[in-house]
Amino acid sequence: MVFALLKYGLNRHYPRVHQFPKPRDLRPSYDVVIIGGGGHGLATAYYLARDWGITNVAVLDKGYLGGGNTARNTAIIRSNYLTPEGVRFYDESVRLYKDLSNDFDMNIMYSERGHFTLAHTDAAIRTMRWRAEVNKHFGIESELIFNDDIAKLCPQLNLSDKARYPVLGALYHVPGSIARHDAVAWGYGAGAAMRGVDIHQRTEVLSVTREGVNGTGGRVTGVLTNRGPIACKKVIQAVAGASGQVAAMVGMRLPIRTIPLQACVSQPLKPFLDKIIVSGSLHVYISQSSRGELVMGGSTDPYSLYGTRSTLDFKEGLMAHMLELFPFLGNVKILRQWAGMTDMTPDFAPIMGETQIENYYIDAGWGTWGFKATPVCGKRNAEMLATGRVPELIQGFTYRRFHDYNQLGEKGAASVGH
Amino acid sequence: MKILNCPLNGPRNISEFVWGGEVKEHPALDCTDEQWVDYAVLENNTAGVVREWWYHVPTAYWIIAERNTVTDEIIRTYPARELFKDRVEFPAPAVKP
Repeated sequence: MVFALLKYGLNRHYPRVHQFPKPRDLRPSYDVVIIGGGGHGLATAYYLARDWGITNVAVLDKGYLGGGNTARNTAIIRSNYLTPEGVRFYDESVRLYKDLSNDFDMNIMYSERGHFTLAHTDAAIRTMRWRAEVNKHFGIESELIFNDDIAKLCPQLNLSDKARYPVLGALYHVPGSIARHDAVAWGYGAGAAMRGVDIHQRTEVLSVTREGVNGTGGRVTGVLTNRGPIACKKVIQAVAGASGQVAAMVGMRLPIRTIPLQACVSQPLKPFLDKIIVSGSLHVYISQSSRGELVMGGSTDPYSLYGTRSTLDFKEGLMAHMLELFPFLGNVKILRQWAGMTDMTPDFAPIMGETQIENYYIDAGWGTWGFKATPVCGKRNAEMLATGRVPELIQGFTYRRFHDYNQLGEKGAASVGH
Repeated sequence: MKILNCPLNGPRNISEFVWGGEVKEHPALDCTDEQWVDYAVLENNTAGVVREWWYHVPTAYWIIAERNTVTDEIIRTYPARELFKDRVEFPAPAVKP
């Protein structure tokens, strides 16, 4: 051990482990083509290969792996949702997340923190109580607590009744966690590649070829990329902000608007905040990363945009509210800022499952809640692609719900008001 | 600050406005459920120049803006009456005797 350390420490050629094989040419045909090499796409490929032995799979990405919203979220994982469909779904995701470091043999730095959703109004208290009861029904540790308990669990928080919007209570969700988001994408990608999945970056899908389009959606036979055509048996799209544009290639209109979500981090500080603090009314969420940076985000932008610019309006609003909760952060500097393009649905629930096109599946509508769903999406998408049946757990997320006037109101559990 | 030129109030900070989404053609009043979903829920979500509703909150005034959703460039703004010239008559609901 010591000699090996010395040997490699002094050697200029450290034996680097290549977790991703060199890019290959496109094969003429694949069993499954996954459009989008973010967390969801890579996780789908991973579980297809690991759990179902389907390795003739291509993951295509226009840019680079995990370069979209997988790299732009604020890494919060929780299951304290409002609808039974949402709670069961995200609960499975949290369970899968807990084992990911072992599955990957790589530390995703999963860190259980405890998650507070603060309530500043009676209406918010009612929603928190509702969420707590639904959560407890499904065996999830969520509790409505009030200021005496909040003060014990999170003494850093300003609980003064002199604030503009005093804290009245909170939904305390014990399993609320954070993880290193890039590591999640890397682990899934490397695990999929190791099992034989082809990952093609800088491969843009230009069109989707179909047959039997005669008043119906038809059947997918392949995709045309900027590197040539691919024949395939099944296609799934997992492209977040570009969902509407990719779905348009198969003639689908989605109930999705692409709206930027901005976030930022502060300069690193000594660890002082182990909890995740969210306030829907104040449009702010905040946690401290293992590097000491405060990771902060707010609500989505006030209008749609296919862009990732940052605005001063966003930071002014966010900081003003954050300083109400943590007045002592007044002199802390912002270190980085960024934005992602979120695919917002009207009911704040995702769109998953089959489409009107045979063999074309969708994983979209992830708005501001996509990262936390990465493992469960991968697992259940893989099951769906392998068996041809939509798993019961995700049936509620069908795109048909909009046509059947049966939306899945999840807005009350969105991390912040929108 | 981003400025939006209001036809009634002149150039104003965009934070004074509320975005109302793309201008869509209203379906006939006796449309099918599917047509209503198409209008009320589904989106074009266009990447490019779109015609959108915007509402100036302090003066309660709806306008239409042409905006590029990729570059965030506002190309033109005008009062909604330029597009909607005729009054829409809604038939009175049938009253049961």
